[in-house]
Amino acid sequence: MLTLTSPVETPMHRLPAGVKLAALCLFTVLLFALSTPAALAVAGLVVAGLHLPGGWPFARAGLRLLRPLWPFVVIVAVWHGITGDPRGGAVVILRLAAAVAAANLVTMTTRLSDMIAVIERLAAPLTPVLPPRVLALAIALVIRFVPVLAQRASQITEAWRARSPRRPGRHLLVPVTLAALDDAEHVAEALRARGGAG
Amino acid sequence: MERSLSHIALFAALIAVLGLVPKIDLLAGVPITAQSLGIMLCGTVLGARRGALAVLLFLLLVAIGLPLLAGGRGGLGVFAGPSVGFLLGFPVAAFVAGWVVERWRADVGLAALAGSVLGGIVVLYAFGIPGMALMLDKSMSEATLLMAPFLPGDAIKAVMAALVTRGLARMRPGALLSRG
Repeated sequence: MLTLTSPVETPMHRLPAGVKLAALCLFTVLLFALSTPAALAVAGLVVAGLHLPGGWPFARAGLRLLRPLWPFVVIVAVWHGITGDPRGGAVVILRLAAAVAAANLVTMTTRLSDMIAVIERLAAPLTPVLPPRVLALAIALVIRFVPVLAQRASQITEAWRARSPRRPGRHLLVPVTLAALDDAEHVAEALRARGGAG
Repeated sequence: MERSLSHIALFAALIAVLGLVPKIDLLAGVPITAQSLGIMLCGTVLGARRGALAVLLFLLLVAIGLPLLAGGRGGLGVFAGPSVGFLLGFPVAAFVAGWVVERWRADVGLAALAGSVLGGIVVLYAFGIPGMALMLDKSMSEATLLMAPFLPGDAIKAVMAALVTRGLARMRPGALLSRG
């Protein structure tokens, strides 16, 4: 399965994941402390500038990740246009864009394996209730079974189309959920047969 | 142990797959998908504790960079966006939905409907609306207004979650861990 990590190598890829995550936390807190459009625009330019070492393809991937924000930008812009407070609108939009872009930047420059290593370190104090091995197994199972279940869903859709001219829609839900339940039973049996998950 | 683990993981995968089901874009451009239906089903089928853990596992995978949210979204950015309240409310919604089905020994379809409405709408909106108000710097009533167009879709999803849960209970009674 594809991750959101960028295949374009940037210097940020080489920084430790923990450092990037800590910097992101500080930066986000700072964004909420700033309240003038000028200061937030500078923060936004800093985030944009950090995309530059990756070149145009990297920056374009970053912009694509910001696309889900545009409806909110439109709503806020129209809202503040009507209420006659363009300055407040600019603050909200700039802060939102900078915060989301900075977080996406960390995601784009950190490999999945490095993220999982950070999660395992953060989860270390939970070892008595949640052994790291179990957490790693759970993560691996989801990554493996998303494509399996997706394929099962498309098979069920095709089988429905072969029998009916109508769109399957909600009729898919019960068989797909049943497939997930059946797979879960099989996986549980397979795990037990191999000595258990603990 | 193994059975809990595999159900939690498979339902985390199910939430992701339901997000891939073709969507309709509504007013605010936020896609209406079956993803929040998946959240409700985690609760009504797996029960409170396992359902909430399945949703937490799903969110963990989204946070570390897998594009599992509806529309292929994912990564840390979604937790800095306006919908962060809904994401944080997801596990609580699943917990409440499961809790109702576990505790209220009425007809399973009826209990699942009550659980889905209480968890997947009331509790979820109670997290999502303040989150949106904070991120967009709006008052609570203004944020509520922005969310109103989504209510009919979520009501339909609660009904579907109840129908699916009842269907599963009839076909495979033992599979419903929430009533186990």
